[in-house]
Amino acid sequence: MSNFALPAPLAAEATSGTARTTTITLFLVFVAITLVITVWASRQTRNATDFYAGGRSFSGFQNGMAIGGDYMSAASFLGIAGLIALYGYDGFLYSIGFLVAWLVALLLVAELLRNSGRYTMADVLAFRMRQRPVRTAAAVSTITVSIFYLLAQMVGAGALVGLLLGIREGETFLGMDADTAKVATIIVVGALMIIYVTVGGMKGTTYVQIVKAFLLMLGAIAMTLFVLSAFKFNLSTLLGDAAEASGKGTPFIEPGLRYGVEVAGDATQTFYNKMDLFSLGIALVLGTAGLPHILIRFYTVPSARAARKSVMWAIGIIGAFYLMTLALGFGAAAMVGGEAIRAQDTGGNTAAPQLAQELGDRYLGGSTGGAVFLAVIAAVAFATILAVVAGLTLASSSSLAHDFYANVIKRGTASERQEVVVARIAAFGIGAVAIVLSIFAQNLNVAFLVALAFAVAASGNLPAILYSLFWKRFTTAGATWAIYGGLITAVVLVFFSPVVSGRPTAMFSGHDWQWFPLSNPGIISIPAGFFFGWLGTVLSREKADERKYAELEVRSLTGAGAH
Amino acid sequence: MSTTDTPSTAVDSAPDPYLAVQQSAEFAGLRRALRNFVFPMTAAFFLWYALYVLLSAYARGFMGTKVVGNINIALVFGLLQFVSTFLIAWLYARYTERRVDPVADRLKVQVEDDAMNSHGGGAS
Repeated sequence: MSNFALPAPLAAEATSGTARTTTITLFLVFVAITLVITVWASRQTRNATDFYAGGRSFSGFQNGMAIGGDYMSAASFLGIAGLIALYGYDGFLYSIGFLVAWLVALLLVAELLRNSGRYTMADVLAFRMRQRPVRTAAAVSTITVSIFYLLAQMVGAGALVGLLLGIREGETFLGMDADTAKVATIIVVGALMIIYVTVGGMKGTTYVQIVKAFLLMLGAIAMTLFVLSAFKFNLSTLLGDAAEASGKGTPFIEPGLRYGVEVAGDATQTFYNKMDLFSLGIALVLGTAGLPHILIRFYTVPSARAARKSVMWAIGIIGAFYLMTLALGFGAAAMVGGEAIRAQDTGGNTAAPQLAQELGDRYLGGSTGGAVFLAVIAAVAFATILAVVAGLTLASSSSLAHDFYANVIKRGTASERQEVVVARIAAFGIGAVAIVLSIFAQNLNVAFLVALAFAVAASGNLPAILYSLFWKRFTTAGATWAIYGGLITAVVLVFFSPVVSGRPTAMFSGHDWQWFPLSNPGIISIPAGFFFGWLGTVLSREKADERKYAELEVRSLTGAGAH
Repeated sequence: MSTTDTPSTAVDSAPDPYLAVQQSAEFAGLRRALRNFVFPMTAAFFLWYALYVLLSAYARGFMGTKVVGNINIALVFGLLQFVSTFLIAWLYARYTERRVDPVADRLKVQVEDDAMNSHGGGAS
């Protein structure tokens, strides 16, 4: 190789050219395969159950994979690997919260929801309540959570494209500079998710998620094995090298560099930082079982027992993946180094792809191998984004059609056909709105929206779901108060928090209307959601419908009359 | 299949199969069996997780204590969260298979038979 010594920048450019072509080719292959599946799925989609719930025909394992594909977003793949690479141990806190959360879904929600609901979260919430107010609230919350999450993913995709394709400042690619490429990516991602959902419905979306989960696991396993073998499967050496390369020493492998930071001489800020860590932690754990795009996945299997199996598989797959984030993150810290990662992206999102390049360089035959492996991982990252945004679009369009159109506007008189037509139009509309909002927000720091989506789900949706399933006295007013109360508390607190204004890293960095000291509202908004649900119930004159509660309870526990 | 799963105007026909089952001793046993597992277990894993987060925030010295080589208590504690999650999921599956599923299946058949007899049709 050394005989071939090209001038360094040129070599780098050649590499990035190979990587770019390979990334795009692989991504196009993924898109082509998923589009074929989508068209095939559309032929299998005949009625509303097919469109909303994939005909309830998926096996526990298939749905477990799809849950993994729906859940492991680019934020967890690139984001957590980057957090660990730059801040060490603290990134791992995210992994743990994201995994433990599944126990709430497994123990309290998945099977009961599968038994008593049909297409959306609101089917269970409105089961024994007055339909219109509860379904309206549920639709508002579903769409809010999904749009927050969508924006974070799509703006993230736009930001990643320049990095993953290696388009630098002043460079052009296919005649586009970095900024145009960003907008183009947002539009392409948005257009694809609209196609997956409107054409393929839940069946198409599920297969996209399964394929993505498979690719993501394969990519992560390959990288993990390379990293571990580089350190002779000695975790201690890996951690030691990562700590040393980070320049931060031992604190790098201990909690505290990113979350709950201790500010010397500022006890108040230290206190807030630690509260913030706790607040984030509980929102992660309690949010998952309230995320609408996750909840509707439980309807895609034939029975509650299959729903249980799918969560068991999901826990296995997601757990394995988050364990591997340790190897990816610390591996990137040790082998790529914090400086090189920050040079690409100060947020660390390129840590995993850069690690792939390094591993390819070392183990797959030099710079070409590096370029190819980088390209593979970059393409996997885009596939990851696509599968997640499709799930989100499907959840919000289902709720808009089934909850708002069919049950609020049409009061239950819409035909199945009409409902599905509306769901498809809704998917198009929501996709279009998401594209436009993402383009407007493309230069804002909206990464906090993922945590906010979890906080809203934990504060509004989860209390309403748990009260509905377990509290006999719960009423219509209680359900709407819980949802709106939790939602509004979380959103308002975040609006006045340091992630939106008042800090250089805030969404509106030039402004300052911040007064709420925490970035994560969960510690206040989650208890608030439960409190409002209780208050709305005890204050309402309406008495709970005992017969309907008996039906809900018997159906949810036994599966009698399940769809 | 009808379009609305839960008509807001409930069909009020005389003996309600759901109320009858809900008030039966067997159903009470099923409910108890499920709640006796999931409620304490939820409290347990939530507190265990909260303890982990609180120690990460407030007991940094303890968490930084090295156990073997560069592997410290923070890492072991974090990995134990994975272990406990896998373990609880496995225990839950085993428990429900033995204690919950058989009763649920019996009651499901009973409810659906009752509904068939009282309405002359299946519960959709």
